[in-house]
Amino acid sequence: MPSLKDIKKRIGSVKNTQQITKAMKMVAAAKLRRAQEAAVAARPYAEKMQAVLSNLAKREEADAHPLLSKRGTGRALVVLMTADRGLCGGFNANVSKAAERFIHANEQGFDELDLMIIGRKGRDFLKNRLGDKIIKVYENITADASYKTAALIGQEIIDNYTSEKYDAVYVVYNAFQSAIVQNVTLEQVLPIQPAEAAAEDESVIDYLYEPNRGQVLAEILPKMVEVQIFRALVESNASEQGARMSSMDSASRNASEMISKLTLQYNRARQAAITKELMEIISGSESIK
Amino acid sequence: MADKLKLEMVTPYKRLLSEEVDELTAPGFVGELGILPGHTPLLTTLKVGELSYKKDNEQFHVAVNWGYLEVEDDTVTVLVDTAEKSDEIDFARAKAALDRAEDALKSLPLEDKKHIIMEAALQRALIRIQVAGKKGY
Repeated sequence: MPSLKDIKKRIGSVKNTQQITKAMKMVAAAKLRRAQEAAVAARPYAEKMQAVLSNLAKREEADAHPLLSKRGTGRALVVLMTADRGLCGGFNANVSKAAERFIHANEQGFDELDLMIIGRKGRDFLKNRLGDKIIKVYENITADASYKTAALIGQEIIDNYTSEKYDAVYVVYNAFQSAIVQNVTLEQVLPIQPAEAAAEDESVIDYLYEPNRGQVLAEILPKMVEVQIFRALVESNASEQGARMSSMDSASRNASEMISKLTLQYNRARQAAITKELMEIISGSESIK
Repeated sequence: MADKLKLEMVTPYKRLLSEEVDELTAPGFVGELGILPGHTPLLTTLKVGELSYKKDNEQFHVAVNWGYLEVEDDTVTVLVDTAEKSDEIDFARAKAALDRAEDALKSLPLEDKKHIIMEAALQRALIRIQVAGKKGY
């Protein structure tokens, strides 16, 4: 049976922890609102891009541009998006495990799979398991992801692809659904896969290209990659804040529960001590009589 | 045939416009182009410039940065990096950017890589000032 003082100390420390988790929850909630807005705002652009692309695909052969054509199964790159900080439930572990599974399963039968990691936690998680596959780690870019950052990463990926270092590029990230729900999502970035064209019999009128077909494709397709990266970044950021908020919320609740349990224990122990003391006094005075 | 065009303009950061318009004029890569309802499917890149459209006999102006435009079934989709409506432009900031770009251009040699960047900045600032000067919105 712990002493009164011990219990009191524990209550104090749990209260301290609760204060921290509560504060973190508030911060995450505030950040979530901003991140969520950004994620939602980025969606129309990405969707429109997809729509334009699938319109384009109806009219073009698959090998009209290097970024569209399918290649062999040599090397592939997996881009994993995680957070820089922990304390957000299973957020980092889930997405990292998904990437690990994908690499182990290797369903397409690639000769070699490399990992590019965005976020410190993903690196920490996979360093010991897939350390030899990690070729690059970016840190501190998820918190306020700008389109510019995404464009730089997109450009790097495209360069690696066009120089035939990689034959396919995938991205794994947490898609934002709601503050409590994140979906681990795996998408193929390169070669670009346009959404399935709807009906085949639909009469398709050729596009008028300005300035010309080659140039339009050359400008739009790299853009598509950048947009996909950007979207994954903002979605991942929103998911992170959501995950942190809900996990800190449950941590605060657990702390309250623990405090009330400990308080009960403390009161019982106090009462027992008083009873014991009373008995001692009474029996002492009895013996004097 | 519909007598209106559906105009959708989105940037990576937000959906800027989604409305029915009568006609629009865009800064196409090879030159200004006007689009009326019933236009044939078209895909073009846009350069830095001014996009204007007419709605209920009122003219609106938007400054756009690099992007592209798709016309299909009387729907015009404009995807641009940045776009500002004429009333959203910070005139003082655009002016400052213009001065900065001009100064830099004077001092930089032509071969310098930065020359191209500053030239683009100059162009953007000019367009902003041009659009900000117009009414509408």
